[in-house]
Amino acid sequence: MSANKEIKENINIKNVSFSYNSDEEKGTPLILNHCNLEIKKGEFIAVLGHNGSGKSTLAKLMNSILIPTDGIVLVDGFDTSDEENLFDIRRRVGMVFQNPDNQIVATIVEEDVAFGLENLGTEPAEMRQRVDEALKAVGMYDYRNHAPHKLSGGQKQRVAIAGIIAMKPECIVLDEPTAMLDPKGREEVMRTIKMLNRDYGITVILITHYMEEAAQCERIVVIDGGKVLMDGTPENVFSEVELLKSIGLDVPQVTELMYLLGKHGYTCDTHIITENDCTDFLAKFLSEKK
Amino acid sequence: MLKDITIGQFFPGNSLLHKLDPRFKIIITGIFIAMLFAAQTFTALIPGVVFMIIGYAASKIPFSLMIKSLKPIIPIIIFTSILNLFFLDGIVIFKLWIIKITYDGVTYTGMMIIRIIALIAGSSLLTYTTSPIALTDAIESLLSPLKKIKFPVHELAMMMSIALRFIPTLIEETDKIMSAQKARGADMESGGLIHRAKALTPILVPLFVSAFSRAMELATAMECRCYRGGEGRTRLKQLSSSARDYLTTSFSLIFLNMVFLLNVYMAG
Repeated sequence: MSANKEIKENINIKNVSFSYNSDEEKGTPLILNHCNLEIKKGEFIAVLGHNGSGKSTLAKLMNSILIPTDGIVLVDGFDTSDEENLFDIRRRVGMVFQNPDNQIVATIVEEDVAFGLENLGTEPAEMRQRVDEALKAVGMYDYRNHAPHKLSGGQKQRVAIAGIIAMKPECIVLDEPTAMLDPKGREEVMRTIKMLNRDYGITVILITHYMEEAAQCERIVVIDGGKVLMDGTPENVFSEVELLKSIGLDVPQVTELMYLLGKHGYTCDTHIITENDCTDFLAKFLSEKK
Repeated sequence: MLKDITIGQFFPGNSLLHKLDPRFKIIITGIFIAMLFAAQTFTALIPGVVFMIIGYAASKIPFSLMIKSLKPIIPIIIFTSILNLFFLDGIVIFKLWIIKITYDGVTYTGMMIIRIIALIAGSSLLTYTTSPIALTDAIESLLSPLKKIKFPVHELAMMMSIALRFIPTLIEETDKIMSAQKARGADMESGGLIHRAKALTPILVPLFVSAFSRAMELATAMECRCYRGGEGRTRLKQLSSSARDYLTTSFSLIFLNMVFLLNVYMAG
């Protein structure tokens, strides 16, 4: 996996525009406006943007739930606008949505995880094995015979993720998977996502509102007005505190602290995005003051 | 309040009844219903009731659950008993003004009550011990001959299983909406029938709206997981029948025969 990590592109979005009221009507707002984005295999990307910036639309374009009005989306070289590629694309790019209740199809955990594999026509013996593996990977194997509606939000979301990884996708798109969860559930899901990226080499595209989650990714893409506004490492993106605030986004609390201290005339580094780095910095700063 | 509804709920377990092939369970349920309706006398009802009790014992489903499932049908039982009790002709045993109770009325009512209770409690066992998915798989399999006449068997089974999956979710949602409307001063417990029916509107409208948006999201999620109808689909759990299934079915047929024998014997 890691050998071709640098070489291959997983998803390529080329000059894509999208509007929900297609062509005829004039003046319908473009949700995406000549957007360009390249995502490499094995990357861990966060997509940020305020409500209505087009980030969910971008996600739906990646597995041909939506077809671009203009431009082209390639997944492993497959064009998403070609009906014939539909299943090649969808088995490569899995999707997890915000509300766990609305994406669980079956009434038993393991049967839900098997749903995608059943659709692909996998042999029952192989299916059994892949379902068990997927459930173990997300730490829900002990709950395989439970009814989904009796699980907590975080557990349900992990079941939904298991249903995707059982299909062995190359890429998972998560559309605000933690938005409806409590802090504990949020942490469970984040841990699972990070593990999938690290141990299984799955490309992760995480759409989120939580800056602390975005700070844990390798790369951040900021979408505004249907275009890619910023694209870089979390340190670089979050250091642009004023630009982010101008489009209605926040920065992690520690970066905010550094920014405010800087404004009051202290020499601070807004590239700091984790609590550990921040405490180190402050400790050093205070000891120098003495 | 709404959470008390248990009809159509599955209780996972590992008993004999849980392990039976769902196709056979449906057939056996049919035989069980035949037992109850073929019986013409009290004694002929005994095999059906005994069969149901054996079923509960073999399923390890707590008896209290059965009692709970019967609560919603109490009004139906009362209504049919009154009808049968007062309007059946025969040997009069009690008479007051125009009200008369006949011997036939009493026996018939008694049998009716036992029949309804056994029917609900017994057939609930099917849904208690069979996961809705297994149940729909079984229905799909039993109906599959109809595919030849272009009947959408898979689609029907899918719709049923999704409906069953969303029952608890929508019940929870109804509870939430009711609390929200009560918090705003909605009054749902007082007034006449029409007033109460009207009070349901502010619950049903948001419930429908949310059900539709859930359906949209679910459809997208299913498409994302490569759903494309029944063609070329495989199953995690293959339905397979074993000696156990044939034995249990024969067992139920013996009971049905007992009913017929008792009918003839008691009549003669």
